[in-house]
Amino acid sequence: MRFSPHTPAERGDMLRRIGVPSIDGLFADIPPNVRLRRPLRLPDGISEMEVAKTVTALAAKNRTTADLVSFLGAGAYDRFIPAAVDEILHRSDFYTAYTPYQPEVSQGTLQVIWEFQSMMALLFEMDVAQASLYDGATAAAEGCMMAVGHTGRRRLVVLRSVDPETRGVVATYGFGHDLEIAVVPLSGSTTDIEVVREALSIETAALLVQQPNFLGSLEDLAALTEAAHSAGALIVVSHDPVAAAVLKPPGAYGADIVVAEGQQLGIPLSFGGPYLGILTARQDLVRRMPGRIAGATVDGTGRRGYVLTLQTREQHIRRERATSNICTNQALLALAATVYLSVVGPHGLRRVEERSLAGAHTLSDALAALPGVSRITEGAFCHEFAVRLPRPAKDVNRALLADGILGGYPLVDAYPEFGEGAWLLAVTEKRTEDEIATLVAKVGEAL
Amino acid sequence: MTTIFEDSRPGRGGIDLAPATAGPEAYLPEDLIRERLPLPEVSEGQAVRHFVNLSRLNFAIDVGFYPLGSCTMKYNPKVNEAMARLPGFAAAHPLEPEELVQGALELMWELQEDLKEITGMAAVSLQPAAGAQGELTGILMIKKYHRMAGDLARTEVLVPDSAHGTNPATAAMAGFKVVELPSDARGGVDIGALRERLSNRTAALMLTNPSTLGIFDENIVEIARLTHEAGGLLYYDGANLNAILGKARPGDMGFDVVHVNLHKTFSTPHGGGGPGSGPVGVHERLVAHLPGPIVERTAEGFRLASPGSASIGRLRSFYGNFGMFVRAYTYIRALGGDGLTEAAEDAVLNANYLRSLIRDAYPIPFDRLAKHEFVVGFPKDVKEETGVRTLDLAKRLLDYGVHSPTVYFPLIVDEALMIEPTETESKEVLDAYAKALLEILEEARRDPGILKAAPHTTPVGRLDEARAARQPELRVREG
Repeated sequence: MRFSPHTPAERGDMLRRIGVPSIDGLFADIPPNVRLRRPLRLPDGISEMEVAKTVTALAAKNRTTADLVSFLGAGAYDRFIPAAVDEILHRSDFYTAYTPYQPEVSQGTLQVIWEFQSMMALLFEMDVAQASLYDGATAAAEGCMMAVGHTGRRRLVVLRSVDPETRGVVATYGFGHDLEIAVVPLSGSTTDIEVVREALSIETAALLVQQPNFLGSLEDLAALTEAAHSAGALIVVSHDPVAAAVLKPPGAYGADIVVAEGQQLGIPLSFGGPYLGILTARQDLVRRMPGRIAGATVDGTGRRGYVLTLQTREQHIRRERATSNICTNQALLALAATVYLSVVGPHGLRRVEERSLAGAHTLSDALAALPGVSRITEGAFCHEFAVRLPRPAKDVNRALLADGILGGYPLVDAYPEFGEGAWLLAVTEKRTEDEIATLVAKVGEAL
Repeated sequence: MTTIFEDSRPGRGGIDLAPATAGPEAYLPEDLIRERLPLPEVSEGQAVRHFVNLSRLNFAIDVGFYPLGSCTMKYNPKVNEAMARLPGFAAAHPLEPEELVQGALELMWELQEDLKEITGMAAVSLQPAAGAQGELTGILMIKKYHRMAGDLARTEVLVPDSAHGTNPATAAMAGFKVVELPSDARGGVDIGALRERLSNRTAALMLTNPSTLGIFDENIVEIARLTHEAGGLLYYDGANLNAILGKARPGDMGFDVVHVNLHKTFSTPHGGGGPGSGPVGVHERLVAHLPGPIVERTAEGFRLASPGSASIGRLRSFYGNFGMFVRAYTYIRALGGDGLTEAAEDAVLNANYLRSLIRDAYPIPFDRLAKHEFVVGFPKDVKEETGVRTLDLAKRLLDYGVHSPTVYFPLIVDEALMIEPTETESKEVLDAYAKALLEILEEARRDPGILKAAPHTTPVGRLDEARAARQPELRVREG
């Protein structure tokens, strides 16, 4: 395939105008000792029809949630995406635009960002939000770095109940700043507030928690917030955005920074990305926020419009003193979340979570009633929970595949203390009572 | 345009979903349950109309010429989109057992191999989510490399004064002190200044080649030799890779680590600001420090290999922006090695051609062969006589139905216009753009007020950015 519009005659005309004899002359400034003296060792180009066939054949090798009944979560969820979301995302006026550097011809993108910021602030009951980050894990890391900048302290306290991949990313960003990171162990499936208090000190910049936590349990946000603030630290809450529809929002507990993975808000699983990092904060932290922020203003005649604002925080202005190096973000995914929330509305979002909640509890009770199965997740939970099977979870998953079921996440690698039978299950609004009953029956057979 | 909040009426419904068998009060303690959720309440039709109308306020590459320098706004072939949306990719959960997702892993492995060949590096990790995160990955690997060698004194990263802002910001995020490197009279790295600044404190030099001036630094081998002799490593910012596909490779120039912007060079659309994708490639000496997982091919099939203890660790969740991998892979297969090389040739042809059309009217600070982009200044006499400047020109271009170039960057050129046409633009588009650039200068001389008040034909006029920053209104007010 070629996407160049030039004919050979046009190339000749253009070279004459430039005053070089050949295309090769345009590369005469590359010294011979670094010129590639052979063709790239890649296959030659093929037609659109052939490339579509090749790539479609690769896609066909995968078995996915499109044909399996999925109970797999652990940070990415098989949720229903209304057709209107995709329809809007397919508009190339949105997806082929660049970052809105010229606001007068980017009002679509800018207003969407502003509406996204508004919705995220409302969802978590926080003051302000920014335009998006790469994913939930990097949002958590950036939130922690904001706290480091704000407090001038160099120690983070992270609960072990936080998503292990998120903890990994925080550790990587922490390596950059040479931060010290303390991990608070689990107590059952949640965290002992007294152990948290002991870990916090006057050197702690931030306490990072996840709600519901990775094992599905609800942490005591009131106590954790109080504990962080008592130590003069900020609390960074990584919150599930759909569970937020039924849970008292983190802002109501006094959270300083709330971050989230937005994949559940209208974004396909897509083997792990692109997803959506959400970051919201208290008003007084706004100038420490990373990345783009849209703000409302007016033009010369008083018409309302939107621009990227507070840019003196950003790398293209502040360079080495910027709050972060982020430039490209996840704008199109922020659009997806904004359209999703507009189309489902507050009642729809609440119903999505209510159905998930009810399904998860039905499944949890039924599994716990099977011989040899016990609960790992203690106390209240939302759409995800863990149980311990009397057989390795990976073996049970293999057996379930024969019936077209994608089982839960085996916890053994991330939390070996729960053993090989530990199994994390997610129930979304897509799962029917029949599918849940089938899973229970098949698990019973597999044990 | 109204906001979606202004369109909201209490009780209006969105999607219809059957209720749950029991409400949250059946499962959760009362004090944990939310009371209010003040999101907008609109019908599906209202929502669709709202967002379709918003989309119509946008300029986009599918609408017209978008020559933002350093951004590589080439046309994004539609087959890429169709492939990324195949359910076999779009519905794949990242934590499925590897045997269920062999097609996805094969695609990632192939893309890793393709990028190794294109950049001349020994290994590639696809994980970084965008260019800036690729930079952070690279600089953290360099930090790890020196740390593991016990070389703790290397606290400085050298960055040219023409560099993208992400370079110094990245170095700072990795805990390094930034040392600025001046450009020489020809726009390249000042070798004398480089010698002076290199020391046993140097961790790395970050370089874009071709640079943000669109110039290929012909001293690159010498720059690499000096940096390595001082014990530092070389970082390649891949933002401008489109210029040299099949012509030269960062690995052959002596770079130790490179990031690639799939959303620039490999034609994944920019989405109004993202998603991007910023895979990194490394020299042999940095392979152990790569973030993972990385896809490996074994006799039993493809697998996700977790990195060892020398790795810098994870940069984001899962494996990267996979949807972008599908698009980039489709693009690379469609063009092939020969097509990618031709893309670079036409990108450079277009940049030099467009420059040749305006070179008599606009000052050219460094008059050398351009690569994929070029930088011009604003005519001093026009500025002095009329008060018109680059910003006004950029706004006036919007009235001509085209996008402005990148402006006021690189910082070392006064009133800079940085123009990158890309290979997918036709000769007549370039001719028309040059004509507009020349006409606007005439307008400036004749009636500078037209430019100062521009744009005139856009959905809104020139917006008050100072007010937006002074009185931040960053969200809807409740009630």
